[in-house]
Amino acid sequence: MNENKFDIKKHFFSSLFDQNPILVQLLGTCPTLATSKTMIDGIGMGLSATAVLILSNLLISLLRKFIPKQVRIAAYIVIISGFVTAVELLIKAYLPSLNESLGIFIPLIVVNCIILARAEAFASKNKPIPSMIDGLFMGIGFTFALGLLGMIREFLGTGALLGKTIIKGYPENGFITGNAGAFLALGCLIAAVSFILSVAKNKKGGNK
Amino acid sequence: MNNSKFLTMTASPHVKGPIKTKNIMLDVIIALMLPLIWSVYVFGFRALTITAVSVVSCVLFEYIYRKLMKKSNTISDLSAIVTGILLAFCLPVTVPLWIPIVGAFFAIVIVKQLYGGLGKNVVNPALAARVFLFVAYPSQVSSYNSIDSAKLSPIAMNVDVTAGSTPLAKLKEGQLPESGVTDALIGNIPGCIGEISAALVILGGIFLIARKVISWHIPVTYIATVAIISFIFPAGNISNLDYMLHQLFSGGLMLAAFFMATDYVTSPVTKKGRIIYGIGCGLITVFIRFFGGYPEGVSFAVLIMNLFVWYLDKNTKPKVFGGAKK
Repeated sequence: MNENKFDIKKHFFSSLFDQNPILVQLLGTCPTLATSKTMIDGIGMGLSATAVLILSNLLISLLRKFIPKQVRIAAYIVIISGFVTAVELLIKAYLPSLNESLGIFIPLIVVNCIILARAEAFASKNKPIPSMIDGLFMGIGFTFALGLLGMIREFLGTGALLGKTIIKGYPENGFITGNAGAFLALGCLIAAVSFILSVAKNKKGGNK
Repeated sequence: MNNSKFLTMTASPHVKGPIKTKNIMLDVIIALMLPLIWSVYVFGFRALTITAVSVVSCVLFEYIYRKLMKKSNTISDLSAIVTGILLAFCLPVTVPLWIPIVGAFFAIVIVKQLYGGLGKNVVNPALAARVFLFVAYPSQVSSYNSIDSAKLSPIAMNVDVTAGSTPLAKLKEGQLPESGVTDALIGNIPGCIGEISAALVILGGIFLIARKVISWHIPVTYIATVAIISFIFPAGNISNLDYMLHQLFSGGLMLAAFFMATDYVTSPVTKKGRIIYGIGCGLITVFIRFFGGYPEGVSFAVLIMNLFVWYLDKNTKPKVFGGAKK
């Protein structure tokens, strides 16, 4: 893929829906399950990963001709972990409450499959600007899925959205906010998205 | 000889029995009526209301889902009604009326229909919904009404409860329940709607075995496993026999052994598989009752064993007679 062929609009929608890192590619499900308890947690996690994704994609793309093939994964991890440490320190300094609720999962962004996958599949083969845009879009797709899952779980679990009570007297549902509920909600969301995508595909095919 | 009617043949099977899903489910429903009537007698009409709400919402969810997905309608096989009754049977009579509706949604839509409907679900819908409700709303579904208190309002959304502790909760603390074994057998104990009377549930189970709806393997091995282990290892200062009988007759063991563990879709087909499955259910039940955080373990036990059914069936395949030896 060279630079002038890079279709931004198409790339954006594909990273949001039919190539969504979580809902379709099933990458990074571990942080998804763990940090989607509330919408704020989900979006916070998504945005921190996005920041890392953009910067690491940029740097890896700039260094793509210098990194020997044999040690590329190690090199990627070093670059990614540098950015993750920076993001972690920033969150600790400016968003202590988010740091408290995300806990260990911020340092664990280092091993987030999405970031490594984009580094390997895109940034190491493309020029810096498209790589950055790819990182941004994939991050938006990740944040979108995490926020959506967080929204569903927070609403069904506590009757609140972004910490604000929507339904008064809603009986708290400990299943949805618990671990088993995370698996179940993610499974249902993936099923729903693939159902919608298949319907949309059929419609497109029918019109032609 | 020129009677061509006997010479033209369709593909096998040639002789079709009268047994259909509908008839089997009808037998199960009939067998479940006795405990329901007893429960209405003990707890008042609220027991009936909860069962009705559960059944109606199960059937409605099944109808709506099949309609929305433009699939064939499967209400007439009565399986949704059985799920509804079983779900209501494992709830205490004090639950708010929205609880069975939420449970029915989970059982029918998420556990059963999302997997493809009857015959394709991995676990028993009623049991999965019960576990879901127990984990999701622990305070609402584990307050048991003591049976000598006033009858509850049949239609009120929420009711105040004179709390009675179930015999199993007492046993968990290592004490003998105040109610005797005969009370547990007849059903004079606080508990869930369909589980209080062990004798009537057993009667229903025997009816099903006599009608050849279920085979004896699963219930017998399941109950025997629980009996043997609880006889050998009683808790506290309770005599072995008392402890065993209380473990057997109080709680959901009988209902689960006869009606839930034997669900066709989620139990093994082979005899050997069924025996292993029953023993497995019994072991897990006892382990959860003895060491787990919950006083009752049958629903978790059956649910866990449901997941092993595929392996049991695969590994207990009977040898083909006359087949090649390996």
